[in-house]
Amino acid sequence: MSIWYALCEATHLEFLHMTFMKNALLAVLILAPLFGLLSTMIVTGRMSFFSDALGHSGFTGIAVGVLCGAVQPIGWAVGLAVLFALLFSFVRSRSRQSADTIIGVFSSTAVALGIFIATLGGSSFTKFNKYLIGDILSVTPGEIGRLALVLLGVALLWIFAANRLFLTAVHPQLASSRGIPTEKTQALFTVCIAVVVTLAMSWVGLMVINSLLVLPAASSRNIARNLREYHLFSVLGALFCSIGGLVTAYYLGCSAGATIALYLALYFTVTFFFRNTRQ
Amino acid sequence: MIYKHANTGGCENACCLKIEHLSVRIGSEVILDDINLHMHCGQIVALIGPNGAGKSTLIRAILGQREYEGKITFHSADGKQTRLRIGYVPQSPAFDPADPISVLDLFTCCIAKRPAFLRPGKALREKVLECLSRVHGESLIDKRVGTLSGGELQRVLLALALEPMPNMLILDEPLSGVDVEGMELLMDMLDEIRKTYDLSILMTTHDFSMLERYADRVVLLREKILCKGTPLEVLNSDEFAQAFHLGGAK
Repeated sequence: MSIWYALCEATHLEFLHMTFMKNALLAVLILAPLFGLLSTMIVTGRMSFFSDALGHSGFTGIAVGVLCGAVQPIGWAVGLAVLFALLFSFVRSRSRQSADTIIGVFSSTAVALGIFIATLGGSSFTKFNKYLIGDILSVTPGEIGRLALVLLGVALLWIFAANRLFLTAVHPQLASSRGIPTEKTQALFTVCIAVVVTLAMSWVGLMVINSLLVLPAASSRNIARNLREYHLFSVLGALFCSIGGLVTAYYLGCSAGATIALYLALYFTVTFFFRNTRQ
Repeated sequence: MIYKHANTGGCENACCLKIEHLSVRIGSEVILDDINLHMHCGQIVALIGPNGAGKSTLIRAILGQREYEGKITFHSADGKQTRLRIGYVPQSPAFDPADPISVLDLFTCCIAKRPAFLRPGKALREKVLECLSRVHGESLIDKRVGTLSGGELQRVLLALALEPMPNMLILDEPLSGVDVEGMELLMDMLDEIRKTYDLSILMTTHDFSMLERYADRVVLLREKILCKGTPLEVLNSDEFAQAFHLGGAK
């Protein structure tokens, strides 16, 4: 971390004088490519509603963790979100109902259960607000290290399994006919989203986390002509919007997660108007 | 019948896919009942039947995507049982026009270890061009799959199914969404492929206009095999008239 702090000092940028901003910028530089990458697969696989539901199950996990007396309930959140993801994959593969109906069932149950547990016995809901709004400025070096490990894991998954993941997302039957275990591949990816969503929830906020999982790729699709451009524009867009959002939030004193989401919405709007020039 | 392959006889001296006593059930509901079918290399077999007849289920069973009772085996020309390699051309309209996936990307995802989000090497591009040349589709390599016409997409999926070279080709409704000119082009191509590579080709179709000209055998399915034989035999049968409610046979 000392090297990073020294680098920040060397820039002489005013917003990087405070340690918490140096930490937050580093966290954003890790989170942005993570969301940029996951976003491409989530949008291609039409899973944006699903990733939103995973955040809800993470919230339920936090409520369960708090109920059980955990000081750091994020472990409970990850555990419950992974369980939710696997259960959802199992039910979806065995039900004739459409995926969005099943997601609706899981999502509403998770939220209801979370609120039920959080308010059990007249407890105050206030302590959960930080998970709803998120606070990137509170991220610690240890948590940044954990995020870096997750980014490394996702990058390795992309290097070794991106082709299989994409083929499964665009055409499961074609993927299956070429020997790809589509159910396992989908389950692996949903677990991956579950871990990232719940780990990032405390810093980005449950209310806006899904915008980071959808908007980078949705914007990139407006202008990308192939998978290389799709990934490039998604990751770069997420990076620029995240840095821009963090700096703007610092000067305006507002939520960083929400500001980043607004920058991404602007990115979508701009690319939307250029969609026909490249396709 | 200039399009017919010479080998239309029995299993002797020809590789053969044997489907024996194949049944598929969902709970107590019978989807397919005691299907027995032999398909030889170099043959085009058309699988026809009304909607819900079990055509897709039979294809999925052959592809190994569906549990079934019975046996599906493949035998080489010398009679030995060998591994069946299937090239599958799915029903086409599943690609989202907004997906930024080029034909080259699709091939990369299917045949390469190198991740498709990296710039493809020269060798991979040449390999894909070679695959596309089998269907005269080299010019499609950088087009997005979602923007291809029905006929172009079928040719791309066909080229993909031929890499690695299978010993059986399955096409699910290849003629739907393809104009008449595209249909003829595709069927001529299939005819050329089965002759060049000695493949057996199984295709489902609702378009009977091409059957007489291109298919060696037609199988009429509705839960069980109602009728099988040459296109003329099946199209003129009572079973065909009843299955498609043509109001009496012949």
